[in-house]
Formats: sequence, structure tokens, C-alpha cells
Amino acid sequence: MPVAATADSHATLSPTRRLDPAAAAIELKDVSFAYDTRLILRGITMTVPRGKIVAIMGASGSGKTTILRLIGGQLRPKKGKVLVGGQSVADLEPDALYALRRKFGMLFQFGALFTDMTVFENIAFPMREHTDLPESMIRDLVLMKLNAVGLRGAAQLMPSELSGGMGRRVALARAIALDPMLVMYDEPFAGLDPISLAIVGQLIRRLNDALGITSIVVTHDVYESLKMVDYLYFVSEGKIVASGTPAEVRASSDPFVRQFVDGQPDGPVRFHYPAPPYHRALLANVE
Amino acid sequence: MSSEATGDLVLVLRRLGGTVTGGVARLGYMARFLGAILWYTPMALRRLHLTVREIYFSGVLSLVIILMSGLFVGMVLSLQGYEVLRRYSAQEQLGIVVALSLVKELGPVIGGLLFASRAGSAITAEIGLMKATEQLSAMEMMAVDPIARVVAPRFWAGVISMPLLAALFSAFGIFGGYLIGVRVIGIDAGAFWGQMQAGVNFWPDITNGIIKSIVFGAAVSLIAVIEGYDAKPTAEGVSSATTRTVVVSSLAILALDFVLTVFMFRGVGL
Repeated sequence: MPVAATADSHATLSPTRRLDPAAAAIELKDVSFAYDTRLILRGITMTVPRGKIVAIMGASGSGKTTILRLIGGQLRPKKGKVLVGGQSVADLEPDALYALRRKFGMLFQFGALFTDMTVFENIAFPMREHTDLPESMIRDLVLMKLNAVGLRGAAQLMPSELSGGMGRRVALARAIALDPMLVMYDEPFAGLDPISLAIVGQLIRRLNDALGITSIVVTHDVYESLKMVDYLYFVSEGKIVASGTPAEVRASSDPFVRQFVDGQPDGPVRFHYPAPPYHRALLANVE
Repeated sequence: MSSEATGDLVLVLRRLGGTVTGGVARLGYMARFLGAILWYTPMALRRLHLTVREIYFSGVLSLVIILMSGLFVGMVLSLQGYEVLRRYSAQEQLGIVVALSLVKELGPVIGGLLFASRAGSAITAEIGLMKATEQLSAMEMMAVDPIARVVAPRFWAGVISMPLLAALFSAFGIFGGYLIGVRVIGIDAGAFWGQMQAGVNFWPDITNGIIKSIVFGAAVSLIAVIEGYDAKPTAEGVSSATTRTVVVSSLAILALDFVLTVFMFRGVGL
């Protein structure tokens, strides 16, 4: 969706002035990305400090998930650098990239659980793939992870037997199976009922603090995000248009932030897709 | 020539060139994909249970359609063969006609076509849906290569299953031929089996059939995994990929059958 006037908003709440790059787990420096000729991201610069939860918010199709894929090395930027722990992800050899990914956890929008495996096997999957742990220890670890998300009793269920909220919690348990340094959440609240949504939100905060991980949450759920994250970036049309702490966002008078937080249908993000004048379209046949 | 006609000609040539270069690029991609599968094969074979599981899904679950089809094809072959052989008073040769037709040609070809329809389409749909539901992406993000974990076991399961299914197709076809030829029509059972035993050789008759079925198994499996892996992650994309698997595999089987048969007939002066 097009944004009418947001150029000043980013200047007023610049993330790079507030967050210390020295403490950064993730840094994006002037990153641009395009699918063929379609530009998705334009000059994104952001910092994710170690041990914090950072939300990336924006309307659907604004390029939020693309940022996660760039951090995970599934996509390469056309311009700029994506640094994880000081390493440029795009410059890594495949083996080094896979070694880096072992330190990541990712929760996909609809869980992406392996449908041919039970809940237990889903969580054991990364352990079996990347460790030589004996089966008895894998069993204990899986039960611990499941207990952390409150689903120890669902260990033998198949993904098709889980509700949306349960599926998301199982995916969360799988994302933290190998005690990652970074967990990326792609729309963790999408399609959840209010109770499941609150549970998942609390779990993200609790696991982040208890395990000392760094979290990036891509979402458009303003209410839940403002409760649990440390910092927010707003993305529109592939650019960061505003950013700040939850308190700053609540107090912000920036038109884009206000439209997003208050859920106004029209504003900098226009309601109407660009089109010729309405009267001209209606009278086209008459003429 | 007018400028309009020249423009049309250029357009046609450009489209033709695009089609040819696109086809060559696709072949190159398939070769690279096969290379990646072969590269990850030792890793896949180390976890043999994955391949065995896929043999169950591709092979064992295809048994009913393969065996039933083999039986009916054998019965029809026997009826048709008897009708022709009777004209030349050569009914006793029915066993050898049925056996050679099945072992050298119909077993691998019809078995391959059925395998493409039943197992190939299932492989494409499964991998395509895994892609659509981000399961493949999840694997990548867990530092597990989907080609090693998902694609290679399915490919090898197809290569292993196909010759076994073709052999069973031929065996049931011969049994069907026996039922019609001996039990219904009344040809002497000794002549039926004796002619077959004398006329069908392991080399080259049976080995030709085995070679064909291995090649068809590899072709169908490769097409099925590539179409699934490249499917657009939408319902329509998976549906189109599944259809393409059946169509392309079927054409590939028939074309490869011709090529292989030409090579196998070189010994008779072709």
C-alpha cells in the first residue's frame, strides 16, 4: 500500500541513534532487495540488540518477511549488508551459512510443522539432525521444551490434531529446540484467538528472558506487540518509516504510526489502490 | 518485405529462440538437480529408514493398481495373441508371445505409466505441499538441506521400486495370460510354459526389460521431485505441477522407450 508522506517520521525516531550497534546481534546496513525488477526493500538500516525483542511491523506485503529471509540467508540483498554477529550473511559459504543457521530458530507464520511426524518427532527433528545425543536424552529435552510451552501432554498428537494456537506453541518449542541465539517469529499471532494470542505473546517474552536469546517478531498485531517488545520498526513500501520503544510509539503523533496503531482505514497508507479519477472511470463508457 | 511483416517474423523468431533456450536451460537445471541428488545420496543412504519409508509409499502402495493392471493386460494379450496365432496354426506359441511382450515392453512401459500416475503424482503433490506450507523453508532454516532429507530418499525409492513393480506387472500379466490361454481357451499347459521357458532368455530379453524399468523409474522420479520442488506454493501451483508430472513423465517414458529399444535392436542390424 502506498504511503503518502512519511519521510520525516523516520528522522524523528531514528533507531541507529538509540540502539548501540556495538551490542547488536543483527545489523542491516542500507539493504535493498528486489524480486527481478520488483523492488521490495529500499535502503533498510536497522539494529537488533542482543537479548532484546524487536518487532518489525507493517501492512501485508510491505517487505517484513523478506527481512527475515535476508537475515536467515535464504535471500541475498541486491545492495547493502546483513550482519549477524558481525558476519555478513550473504558472503558466507554454504557450510558456514548452515553452521550459522544452527544458532537460529524460526517460527513460521502457520507453524510449518512436519505433517508426517508427531509433535514429539517435530521437536526432536533438529536434535536428531544436528547432535549425537542418545535417544533417552532427546526424549527428556523434547519433554522439557514441550513443558515450557505447556504441551507436554500433546507429545504424541499429529499436527493435524492441534488447534492453531497449539500448533504455534509446538512450532515455538521446535524453534528453541537447540537453544538458539536468535529466534525469528514470522507473524506468530496470525489467525489466533485472543487466549492463544496472549499465551504465545507471553511465551515469546518469557522464553526470550529465560534463555537470553535475541528475538525478531514480524507482525501487524499492534496491541500484543506493544505489550511485549523492547523496540519497534515500522516498515512501509520497503522502507523503515518510523521506529521507537513501545512508550514512544504510544506517544507518537507521527501520522503513519497513528494510523497503524489506531487502525485507521485511511491516512499515509491509502485506502484506495492508485487508480485514475473515479468520475473518469465511471464516465468512460458514456464518452 | 514490409516493416510489419519483418516485425512479425522477428517476433516469431524471438519466441522460437526463447522456447529453445528455455528448454535447454530447463534441461541444464534438471542435470544440476540430479547432480545435487547424487551428491546427497550417501547422506540419504546413511539414513536408510527414510528411503525404505518412501519405498513403502511409492512401491508397496502402488502394488494393487500394478498387479490388477498386469493381470488384465495379460488376459487381453492372451486373447488377442491367440486370435492372431490361430491364423497361422501357431497357438502353442502363445506363452512366448505373452511373456516376451510383457517382459520386454509392456511391463516396463505400462508399469512406468502407472507408476507415474500413482506414485509420481503423489511425490510431486507431497513435496509441493511441503513447499506451500513452508516445511521446506523450515528445514532450510534448521540447517537441513531438503534435497538430502526430502528429495534424495524419494528419488531413490522410485528408482528401486520401479523395476520391482515392472517385474510384478509382468509376472501377473503372464499369470493372466495363462488363465485365459490355458484355463479358458484350452491350450496345453506344458506347451504354454515350455515354449516360454525355451524362448525367453535372461539375456537379453529380461535384462532389457530391467534396464528399461530402471531408466523409467529414474526419469519419473526425477521429474516428480523437480516438479514438486519447483511448484508455485499455491493450490493452483501444486495442482499444475502434479498434472505436469504425469504428462511429462508419460511422454518421457514413451520417448525413452523408443530410444532404448533402438539401442537394444542394434544387435539385429538396425
